[in-house]
Amino acid sequence: MDFKRIVIFSGHYGSGKTNIAVNVAHHLKKTRPRVAIADIDIVNPYFRTEDSREELERDGIRLIASPFAGSNVDLPALPDEVYAITDDIGLSAVVDVGGDDRGALALGRWREGLMAEGDWEMLMVVNCFRPLTRDADSALEVMAEIQAAAGMPFTGVVNNSNIGDDTAPRDVLSSDGYAREICRRAGLPLKMTTAKAELIPYLEGKIENLFPLRLQDKIR
Amino acid sequence: MADKVLMKGNEAIAEAAIMAGCRHYFGYPITPQTEVAAYMAKRMPKIGGVFLQAESEIAAINMVYGVSSTGHRVMTSSSSPGISLKSEGLSYLAGADLPALVVNVQRGGPGLGGIQPSQSDYFQATKGGGHGDFRMIVLAPASVQEMADLTVKGFDLADEYRMTAMILADGTMGQMMEPVEIPKIEKKEFDKSWAVTGTGMGRKHNIVNSLSLAPAELERQNFERFQRYGRIQEKEAMWEEYRMEDAEYCLVAFGIAARVTKAAIDEARKKGIRAGMIRPITLWPFPEKALAAAAEKCVSFATVELNMGQMIDDVRLAISCKRPVKLIHRAGGIIPSPEEVLRGIENMEGGAEK
Repeated sequence: MDFKRIVIFSGHYGSGKTNIAVNVAHHLKKTRPRVAIADIDIVNPYFRTEDSREELERDGIRLIASPFAGSNVDLPALPDEVYAITDDIGLSAVVDVGGDDRGALALGRWREGLMAEGDWEMLMVVNCFRPLTRDADSALEVMAEIQAAAGMPFTGVVNNSNIGDDTAPRDVLSSDGYAREICRRAGLPLKMTTAKAELIPYLEGKIENLFPLRLQDKIR
Repeated sequence: MADKVLMKGNEAIAEAAIMAGCRHYFGYPITPQTEVAAYMAKRMPKIGGVFLQAESEIAAINMVYGVSSTGHRVMTSSSSPGISLKSEGLSYLAGADLPALVVNVQRGGPGLGGIQPSQSDYFQATKGGGHGDFRMIVLAPASVQEMADLTVKGFDLADEYRMTAMILADGTMGQMMEPVEIPKIEKKEFDKSWAVTGTGMGRKHNIVNSLSLAPAELERQNFERFQRYGRIQEKEAMWEEYRMEDAEYCLVAFGIAARVTKAAIDEARKKGIRAGMIRPITLWPFPEKALAAAAEKCVSFATVELNMGQMIDDVRLAISCKRPVKLIHRAGGIIPSPEEVLRGIENMEGGAEK
């Protein structure tokens, strides 16, 4: 799957942005020499890219994250290193934005640089099993709020519809219509459909542009 | 679109409260319960409800008092330091015998502490929660599904016994995402003839107040309230038993600690150690009978807690100190690993290593 130099993931909180961002960074590292992942979440102090630091660094991916992520400091601060994503044009960057319009506000700081640069894409992550984005109407509402806050337009949609450990292939298959309706009404392409790696064999040939996800460990 | 949804624990509380008929939410932001308020802010205006971010926690709990006086279901949510600010209001709610649902998604303390998961408000929640002689019903969910189910249960218990029910969760429960089936609500009727709703010049005034001028009357109210508490202790204790049938070693844990403990028990069993767990679902009333029964067959007890040892006292009381009780714990926002708990089990008195 092909990506622009800068890939921005945004969407409703809890839609799976961080997991997807980490997986896409690993994917890019296979073909690109210098890859960074920037966590610019100013909303939620939990479930951060920081949790994957070890595996990212093992793969030679540079992690740009708040020094406070995962600590007791609940402060919406961003490191100056984030400017590398626009200033260093040899760097391939995945940007993990905080949830909803409040999270997207942080992106406004880099809007001008990104617009001037041009080689970027901003992807809206959606999940029809999340209560506040269950149908196309509500997902489009969240999408409009994010675009207004960021001052930037989305360029595509990522369908990450899942119900955690309970996700079955039919859940992903049945969500395709939901994702396509969002795309049709927003006038955007469906960039990819993401699913945990074990489900991919059941989806191949039935859904286009599949992208397998390896999930972070969690408490049982 | 689907029967189940993928929810954060905090969202599950908010949605379940709406399903239970709550249309009034008052709060003040604090991590790690933020999503309760954020969810209410989005949903309440769409269903004719009220979401109000008050100027402080103290204002929010007094708004709860006001709405509850009118007989409507009402809630507030906060985290540890915010609950301390609400404690005066909790006492007034108790003094006026008003039902309310209060959520505490705990963080590590004391003081401002930290935002990582903790269970260090056990004392505060189970021993009253404010000044004066009173109790709150305290419910301790251990899954996102239970965050939803116990919210509904909490509203029902609060209305039935005219008192505050508290959901005592931790940061992990609030933040983690799991599949949830939103509970189907069976409509129950509760007597709210005491509510101040306007007499329409047709009945005697109702008075909702926590001030009593006559000592004898205040004493009568206290005795009446504790008779009610006695009925709750008799009827409403809830707990789950895990591998207790043949257990020699009894672990006691609630919330996220219970999930880690389950994993540790499974490992202990593989090594031939017969461990089991009693998981209190209500922390008040505490499942005393279940523990007293366990003391008849288990040789040794341990609590697993995310604090410096608070529930351990209630376990000792429930078993009348008949068996040794050990503490397996972490604090300050750190969750013990299953391996740590397993080591604790191996070192229980009368245990494998002794």
